[in-house]
Amino acid sequence: MVDFIRKNWWKLLGIALILYSIIAGFLIEVPDLPIIRQSIRNLFFHVVMWFSMMVMFGTSLARSLRYLSTFDLKHDVYAIQSVNVGLFFGMMGIVTGMEWANFTWGTPWTNDPQLNGAAITILAYFAYLVLRRSIDEENKRARIAAVYNVFAFVMLIVFIGILPRLAQGSLHPGKGGSPMTVTNLDINMRLVFYPAIAGWIIVGYWLTGIRVKMAYIRQHLDNPEF
Amino acid sequence: MLLTEIKYLVLKDIKLEFKQRYAINGILLYVVSTIFVSYLSFAKIIDPATWNSLFWIIMLFAAVNAVSKSFVQESTSRQLYYYTVASPQAIILSKMLYNFMLMGVLSLLCLLVFTGLMGGFVVNYPLFISALLLGSFGFASALTMIAAIASRTNNNFALMAILSFPVVMPLLLTLMKVSSAALSVGTMSGNIKYLAALLMLNVIVIALSYVLFPYLWRD
Repeated sequence: MVDFIRKNWWKLLGIALILYSIIAGFLIEVPDLPIIRQSIRNLFFHVVMWFSMMVMFGTSLARSLRYLSTFDLKHDVYAIQSVNVGLFFGMMGIVTGMEWANFTWGTPWTNDPQLNGAAITILAYFAYLVLRRSIDEENKRARIAAVYNVFAFVMLIVFIGILPRLAQGSLHPGKGGSPMTVTNLDINMRLVFYPAIAGWIIVGYWLTGIRVKMAYIRQHLDNPEF
Repeated sequence: MLLTEIKYLVLKDIKLEFKQRYAINGILLYVVSTIFVSYLSFAKIIDPATWNSLFWIIMLFAAVNAVSKSFVQESTSRQLYYYTVASPQAIILSKMLYNFMLMGVLSLLCLLVFTGLMGGFVVNYPLFISALLLGSFGFASALTMIAAIASRTNNNFALMAILSFPVVMPLLLTLMKVSSAALSVGTMSGNIKYLAALLMLNVIVIALSYVLFPYLWRD
């Protein structure tokens, strides 16, 4: 029992942080902003999902770069599984965002640069999955997927990071025309926000690890002399 | 050394093109027929926004068509020959340059036919032309890289379209913003930051391709 806790303490920590963020997220006092009112609590779920997604995609990028420098297939397996988990977080982010938008803006989707940027990012990584499926040979697939990963990631940083700042009049918080940003977050909310991010990132890595192990097992089953 | 390699590769592509005229005729036909179909369905466009979006949609699909042909034409044995003769950076840069020339000609022609059939809505020509050229450059560079990636697979057009769509989106949105300004009362100075953003996008794509293409080429 002690052995289990010693090896897996970080997983339990991740679960604990997430449970804390969910419970505290609904119990703490939040500033009562116009229109948003209590739904600002969605920050602990929606924004946290996006941050976790970006971390997962960043991990995938790092693994792709390491693959390109070492050509060790292990990095490629980590790259694809990080993308899978990141896409899951991304879809959760979009669903929570649509839920929130429907409540505050009256419609699940609007023509906003940040929303479009998020959708395009998700599309790009789905395209990454399609690209992987269309190549059979292992090394070739890893190499080409890694190149596309780097290319797409840089383009998307430009897109989500820089272009919305050029645009004005966005409904989405943080870019011209909306009262709240991440930098001037209320102190109570920060107490839940940061642990939530940490918890979801830990669980994200845990999920990636499990998926990587599953991939290895599948590879072993497919060709026993691997 | 790199520059001479690039020069010879670009000249080779241009000469091939003039001999066969395969790609350019195909693209020309595609552009003219698409514009003609939209002319028939829209009759007369009175709204600059519609003109703008239609123009860029046609440009986008023509661009994807045009650039995807650039990697398809080479057979594997010829590609092996290139591999031994020229450096991968020279190859990707020469393809980009050639595609840029192709796209430049294509976009100006597109503008001509579009204005002829649908009516001229452009108010600020220098702004529009510079957006057009920067946009052609952007399309050429981003799509050349994507075509290089897609050519390593079973090479169907659908994959090329799927891969290029997210990558081309930032470019397209910025272009539409600048050109809609050129269709109304926008000035050159007011939109210079968008043009600068387009230029920066181009530079980033070219730098990335320069670094990443050798990994693709190793086959």
